[in-house]
Amino acid sequence: MKFNSVFDIIGPVMIGPSSSHTAGAVRIGKIARDFLGEDCRWARIQLYGSFAKTYKGHGTDVALVGGLLGFATDDRRMRQSLDLARNKGIKIDFLEDTAATDHPNTVRIKIGNDHDDVEVVGISIGGGKVQIIELNGFSLRLSGNHPAVLIMHNDRAGAIASVTKILAKHQINIGHMEVNRKDVGKEALMVIEVDQNVSDTILTELEEADHIIQVSKIVT
Amino acid sequence: MFRTVTELVEIAEQEKMPISEVMIRQEMEMKNRSYEDIFAQMEKNLTVMEEAVEAGLKGVESVTGLTGGDAVLVQQYRKEKTPLSGNILLDAVSKAMATNEVNAAMGVICATPTAGSAGCVPGVLFAVQEQLHPTREQMIRFLFTAGAFGFVVANNAFISGAAGGCQAEVGSAGAMAAAAVVEMAGGTPQQSAEAFAITLKNMLGLVCDPVAGLVEVPCVKRNAAGSSLAIVSADLALAGVKSRIPCDEVIGAMYRIGKTMPVQLRETGEGGLADTPTGRFLRDKIFGG
Repeated sequence: MKFNSVFDIIGPVMIGPSSSHTAGAVRIGKIARDFLGEDCRWARIQLYGSFAKTYKGHGTDVALVGGLLGFATDDRRMRQSLDLARNKGIKIDFLEDTAATDHPNTVRIKIGNDHDDVEVVGISIGGGKVQIIELNGFSLRLSGNHPAVLIMHNDRAGAIASVTKILAKHQINIGHMEVNRKDVGKEALMVIEVDQNVSDTILTELEEADHIIQVSKIVT
Repeated sequence: MFRTVTELVEIAEQEKMPISEVMIRQEMEMKNRSYEDIFAQMEKNLTVMEEAVEAGLKGVESVTGLTGGDAVLVQQYRKEKTPLSGNILLDAVSKAMATNEVNAAMGVICATPTAGSAGCVPGVLFAVQEQLHPTREQMIRFLFTAGAFGFVVANNAFISGAAGGCQAEVGSAGAMAAAAVVEMAGGTPQQSAEAFAITLKNMLGLVCDPVAGLVEVPCVKRNAAGSSLAIVSADLALAGVKSRIPCDEVIGAMYRIGKTMPVQLRETGEGGLADTPTGRFLRDKIFGG
């Protein structure tokens, strides 16, 4: 089921004017920031479909940048987000793309700083709910509603076990998990939705496990 | 666990509980949260709605100047004259518009189910307060009942204008408000379903054609229409009128209509009212052509 809480319907509490184009956009921006793990120095934001056609009117640009700054959907600083980002020296480019997408509200965000970058594709499916459908070229399905750990790893026997062993040791229960690889023996991605937020200590431990390249988390 | 309105009504009838209670129990089970916790979160949403109506009735203006101030006009008219459509109906209309005017002005609102349709549910709720004198708990329950019906629509069809047109937004919102007010007025779960079906039937085919792509024109007045239709439909259901087409089939029809709706009429700001001479003029004026 796409929607599994009454608060997806009566909620979110948000800055207007559009749940899909404003609140949903904040959430996608926030998830992109979570993947990077810190403020970005630059962002390249490609908008598709209804997002591309109406982003100025809906404040989608303001909302996405609010998310990149770590704002929640009801943060009253939202209206000033573009100025706040500029003052922090963050360089932001918006591109309107005419390519056809499966969902009308689609955005591709590439953000980075001096040492790291991430690329996510998110869709806003209504009522402020979103899904991340791509991360660094990997297809995935992530709602951002639950805490999650995302693990880039090498496709080797034992990689998944080394991760689940650490989570088990810390009593972290897995609600949903998927694994996706580019090709046999190449880079792969584990998406693990868990029941509670994962601490930085556990994250570091995961990073040091066998066959792991990079670890990031979604906090809710 | 319910997936359809039929299942929702069946559970409520079998367990002899109101729809709001079915929704609360499902939320407790699915999210592993306590009754108090869930209730407290919904009360916060109710408070946000109250504050938005209050702000809108004082008068706000959007950044573009396209909307704002109409809720105040309606309230003044309501106090000074005898409204043709009745006091409660027009109170709902003004409070629905107040909410959407605050939304357009980038104020804080609670999406129900979306921001563009955030006026219908609080508009109806705060208007019937005068006549039904609900307790705080009953007002919170109103939101759970509305949420239960919206939950079915969201999972079986859609609630965003970009996906299914305005019928999916204000259509769903008005129908949710109708179902909820039936419960508050003492109607049965089945009567809530009838009120929902009657409202949505009359919103089928409604396109999402916002001028300049903004959630302003015609969104604010569509919420006025959604909230008034909700009260009329609730009265029909409470009078014993039934929808010939069952509620779930109406939702199915809404889904299929949305699927065949051209993209110009789904929140792209390219068709309908957005594509009238005045609509295009306003867009060019706002965005500098």
